[in-house]
Amino acid sequence: MGAEVITEKGKAKTNLDVFSGVLQELAEHDRNIVVVTSDSRGSGKLGPFGQKFPGQHIEVGIAEQNLVGVAAGLASCGKKVFAVSPACFLTARALEQIKNDVAYSNNSVKVIGISAGVSYGALGSTHHSLHDYAALRAINNIIVVAPADNFETEQAIKLAAQTNQPVYLRFGKRVMQPLKEINDDVFEFGKGRVITKGNDVAIIAAGETVYPAVQAANKLKEQGVSATVISMHTVKPLDTALLNIVAKKCKAILTVEEHSVYGGLGEACASYLLQNRIFKPFKIMGIPDEYTVTGSQQEIFDHYGLSEKGIAEQATLLL
Amino acid sequence: MTTKQLQKKSIQYRKNILKYIFHANAGHTGGSLSCIDILNVLYNHVLNVSPENFTSPDRDRYIQSKGHSVEALFVVLADKGFFPESDLSTLCKYRSHYIGHPTRKVKGVEQNTGALGHGLPLSVGTALAAKMDKKDFRVFTLLGDGELPEGSNWEAALTASHYKLDNLCAIIDHNKLQITGTTAEVCNTNPIDKKFENFGWAVRHVDGHDLDALKKTFAEMPFEKGKPSLIIAHTVKGKGVSYMENVIKWHHGVPSEKQLEEAMSELNNVMVTIPDDF
Repeated sequence: MGAEVITEKGKAKTNLDVFSGVLQELAEHDRNIVVVTSDSRGSGKLGPFGQKFPGQHIEVGIAEQNLVGVAAGLASCGKKVFAVSPACFLTARALEQIKNDVAYSNNSVKVIGISAGVSYGALGSTHHSLHDYAALRAINNIIVVAPADNFETEQAIKLAAQTNQPVYLRFGKRVMQPLKEINDDVFEFGKGRVITKGNDVAIIAAGETVYPAVQAANKLKEQGVSATVISMHTVKPLDTALLNIVAKKCKAILTVEEHSVYGGLGEACASYLLQNRIFKPFKIMGIPDEYTVTGSQQEIFDHYGLSEKGIAEQATLLL
Repeated sequence: MTTKQLQKKSIQYRKNILKYIFHANAGHTGGSLSCIDILNVLYNHVLNVSPENFTSPDRDRYIQSKGHSVEALFVVLADKGFFPESDLSTLCKYRSHYIGHPTRKVKGVEQNTGALGHGLPLSVGTALAAKMDKKDFRVFTLLGDGELPEGSNWEAALTASHYKLDNLCAIIDHNKLQITGTTAEVCNTNPIDKKFENFGWAVRHVDGHDLDALKKTFAEMPFEKGKPSLIIAHTVKGKGVSYMENVIKWHHGVPSEKQLEEAMSELNNVMVTIPDDF
């Protein structure tokens, strides 16, 4: 995938661009759509939103705990609030506010983690969010979503605006190519999306690692290995029905995520499989528990094998 | 409601706080007794909130940041008819909704609180929503003085003044004690008034047990147009029960049966000194 941002209609965009575009579209018709930022309107591509809908934009400055608390207060009065900040700060510094003010108090805030995972790769671990699935999976009453392509992002934002349940959405800032050339999928939270079908290996991925998983599946196909690729965009609640089907159908299961190998999508799948006596060769691919290497997102993906080559190699090893 | 009627309510509320804490064998006694006069004036004199209008988007909001003093809130909500007072006999019992901090499972509670430093940001968001929708409702939040070192309070204090939230009133239950010692010893936040003034708030001091003074102070809100209001209510932890007043162990001490009798007797003696209104 290239680094070029293509913004013409119908072309691949960053999920961030999709997010800001959809939000403006929603705000045109719904004055209850409110965006709260923590000096993050630039990073969130929300400058135009703020200019167009100044009455629907609250800026709290660099203060993430306050960002989430204020968002929860707004939501309690019926506002459809998008609290937008880099995922690294939002889900660590404001974790207690997400836990108590959003999830526990059931204030329907849409917590939007931008530049997620290692999108800020070269800026170091302060700016990486490799803990967010794990932290939020352990919190009751919040949906955890990592859309993979523009379609999923658009659908997820629209769905988040409608739902009364708290939602955490995270995405990065690279251009995401469509996962399917012809797409008539119905997007629902908690329902994984089948991208390719095969019987040898099931590759279950989320967010920006789905695309290299699909590339790997294509490569494996050339080698005579057929792969099912699932975009498991909703990390919680996990689509265990789909997991059950593909795990039983395939000979091996590989999970891929832009997250620590601890506590994320992979361990969620492992937990389900083990407790349901589905014993297959299984591997979690993600960021290992070490001082994370720095570089661009792509370089970090390549380093840890979250790439076409790395994923295909792991799949072969499992079989 | 007349001041004498409010005085009687304060005594009855204190008796109920002690009764239910004794029954539960748990509770935050000292802080509930220090803030009860504030809650009395709020719910019986200031707030436009009742069981009937509790789902109305136009109601005033009260968010208790110092959630641990939940017993004070519960006895007032019961008195206002949000739920039968007898429900409080389940306080802190297995599967009861009446737990040791406010939850929305109890009618009348606006937000689930308990972790400190959360009430002010929530209140700021609520007051912002009122401004956005051009609604007249006001937002009140009660903070403990011991929770002031939480950084989120100061983040929210900035946002409140930045957005000129003169529909917001924060009250600090300034009883000057916390679980470890005096607030001055643990983390000296004085001068609280100057700090908030510098953060763009309009500040008043009041005797937090003087019902008339509380009524008068609330009536003057907003203290300054375009600024959020802060009331520093000077209170006594354990107020109304001599042996509890200003004694740290009553932060979450539970009285014995004998101590409860002694406290009730003291409160009853004060009650009979207040003549009935006609």
